[in-house]
Amino acid sequence: MEEGKVISQLVKESAAAYSIIHEKFGLAISDFDANETMPFFEVVDASLWTEIALFMRDHPKLKFNYMACLTGVDYPAEEKLGIICNFESLALLNHKLAVKVKCAREGGSIPSVACVWHTANWHEREAYDMFGMTFAGHPELRRILCPEDWEGYPLRKDYKVQDQYHGIKVPY
Amino acid sequence: MGLLDAGITKHNMLVTSVDNVLNWARLSSLWPMGFGLACCAIEMMATNASNYDLERFGIFPRSSPRQSDLMIVAGTVTMKMAERVIRLYEQMPEPRYVLSMGSCSNCGGPYWEHGYHVLKGVDRIIPVDVYVPGCPPRPESLIGGLMKIQELIRMEQIGISRADALKKLAEKSVDPRFIIERERKAVGA
Amino acid sequence: MQELDTAGLGSVRVTRKSDTVVILEKDLATEQMVLAMGPQHPSTHGVLKLECLTDGEVITQAEPYLGYLHRCFEKCCENVDYPAVVPYTDRLDYLAGMNSEFAYAITVEKLLDIEIPRRVEFIRVIVAELNRIASHLVAIGTYGIDLGAFTPFLFCFRDREIILGLLEWASGARMLYNYIWVGGLAYDVPADFLKRVKEFVNYFRPKAVELSELLTENEIFVKRTFGIGIMPADVAINYGWSGPMLRGSGVKWDLRRNDPYSIYPELDFKVPVPDGKHSVIGDCLSRHLVRAWEMDESLKIIEQCIDKMPSAEGFNSRSAIPKRIRPKAGEVYGRAENPRGELGFYIESDGKSTKPVRCKARSSCFVNLSAMKDLSKGQLIPDLVAIIGSIDIVLGEVDR
Repeated sequence: MEEGKVISQLVKESAAAYSIIHEKFGLAISDFDANETMPFFEVVDASLWTEIALFMRDHPKLKFNYMACLTGVDYPAEEKLGIICNFESLALLNHKLAVKVKCAREGGSIPSVACVWHTANWHEREAYDMFGMTFAGHPELRRILCPEDWEGYPLRKDYKVQDQYHGIKVPY
Repeated sequence: MGLLDAGITKHNMLVTSVDNVLNWARLSSLWPMGFGLACCAIEMMATNASNYDLERFGIFPRSSPRQSDLMIVAGTVTMKMAERVIRLYEQMPEPRYVLSMGSCSNCGGPYWEHGYHVLKGVDRIIPVDVYVPGCPPRPESLIGGLMKIQELIRMEQIGISRADALKKLAEKSVDPRFIIERERKAVGA
Repeated sequence: MQELDTAGLGSVRVTRKSDTVVILEKDLATEQMVLAMGPQHPSTHGVLKLECLTDGEVITQAEPYLGYLHRCFEKCCENVDYPAVVPYTDRLDYLAGMNSEFAYAITVEKLLDIEIPRRVEFIRVIVAELNRIASHLVAIGTYGIDLGAFTPFLFCFRDREIILGLLEWASGARMLYNYIWVGGLAYDVPADFLKRVKEFVNYFRPKAVELSELLTENEIFVKRTFGIGIMPADVAINYGWSGPMLRGSGVKWDLRRNDPYSIYPELDFKVPVPDGKHSVIGDCLSRHLVRAWEMDESLKIIEQCIDKMPSAEGFNSRSAIPKRIRPKAGEVYGRAENPRGELGFYIESDGKSTKPVRCKARSSCFVNLSAMKDLSKGQLIPDLVAIIGSIDIVLGEVDR
């Protein structure tokens, strides 16, 4: 963190929450990014993600009981796909934190946290539908918005729309 | 007392063609399928509700395609929905009419370019009789479209095809501007 | 939560006494049946499909199938400039266009870090709260239809038309407004707008009472919703519920209060939660009551905004709108309280482009609906309709 920069109360709370997680998991998670709009950290060792998630939910000083959002993202420059989760301790401690997890672009897999937060169940299905990363341990990983037999993953940057779907022309 | 009431009470006779009677009966009780897809469905509901009161035209939504004459495609048709729309259309008894309501079902609307999962125009899968533009169309324009369907029914005759009736409708189309001008002149505005 | 373990019982004939299912007969010779509901069904509020596994009248499993209205919102956003996303946000939750625009606008403003004129904030709050009332009116009216009461629907739509008229006067459109822009508003409100809004508030107060006498105090309505689809608070939070759904489960959580944005901290309003006297906390009736109470609170907010509104002198609604919106590289998660819950936007900017690299809408209905499987387990088929109605889904937002 730069010296002399004004840091808001919300970011300070997030930083405090981060330091508790960092104490436990050490190098498995990256440094804390203390930006004003969305303070986050990245999980470096993705295989520990479910464990970190459980720790975040159950630790008495963290209590992240509410997953606000889970976003899938495509990073074509890094050859990676990722998810961004926004957490909040709703009605308990009222602090917020975002977490990033990344995986390989082709055949990448991220551990599922659907068993930790029910919210993650449909959001992970959506991320799979749109980007094509798999979530290991997800109870029913299948497409949610697009039809089952849709080709390709629409929100990848290099997506080309299919010409025909069941004999109906798709492009304009 | 209307002409019909007088005819019935005084044992009088009315002479008209069979076509006219059949068409009058059909166009006075158009039953659309209550089938909302997206935003336009809310405007369709608003048209059915208190202020616009579609029931004065004898139009009342039915829940089953087997009881309806008219399909109002109200909203965006997606690829996943397209096959269901075809099936619903096939379940409707003949003669059936299709009104495409709103830009999305006319041509894909705001999703025409980047909407990979949106069907660009419901006329790619089922024949459409009347298109109502707008995003979403106001209830007035939906009523206008429904009256166009009524005009179409009026043009139909036993023995002529739907295509011919549509052609007749296009030839005999009424220019609303002319009527508006005339009405304006009449009130001296 | 009301559950009925039908495994190993064979089939059962059941009846419902206030909040528990009572088994009348066991081992009736019925077989398990798959009942597909939707996508064309009058009470699924659009194009939702539910595949129910039923055992007699009892639902053993109801699996929602979505995507029948997947309109590629996120793909469209990545291909248009920041201001051009606003019309697409209208079409997310088409019953509450103003609120969706509001959420998007404050998210991008957070990323841009710009100040908004005070009058703009007040107008935004007024139109958003008017739209909230309109949205709740549709929710309540259609909930009545789902449970067999047609009259409240007509009453609700009559009053909703007045709100639509007001919003049309301000923005030029009845439903999809494109009024709240990033950094400002499309236009200032018309000269007599506030006077008419005040008239509407005075008109609507007795009508809200009438509506609650007509529907909420109706015995049939209460019998159909009391004790149905109970969701405990902790499970609701774990499911990510928000808005009236979460408040229906007794959690006093409102983003306007707990994560305040715009001028909400200056306004005085209550966050209504069920007290357990009129309903079982967390049931369908609670959720309905929360919506009905919220309309009153919205009226209060509108009145306060009218009183505190800064004058229009020298005011330009577009003065703070940047010429070219190109935020610095970074990410933001912004959110606002929609009539259906938390509508959040995750936006990523690379600092070079005028288009967002990634724009994800966190839809409240999508998350609220994901609890359907749990909520409907062991319920009777007619209660399923009551549960879907109480979730108040808008498929445009669920499928995006």
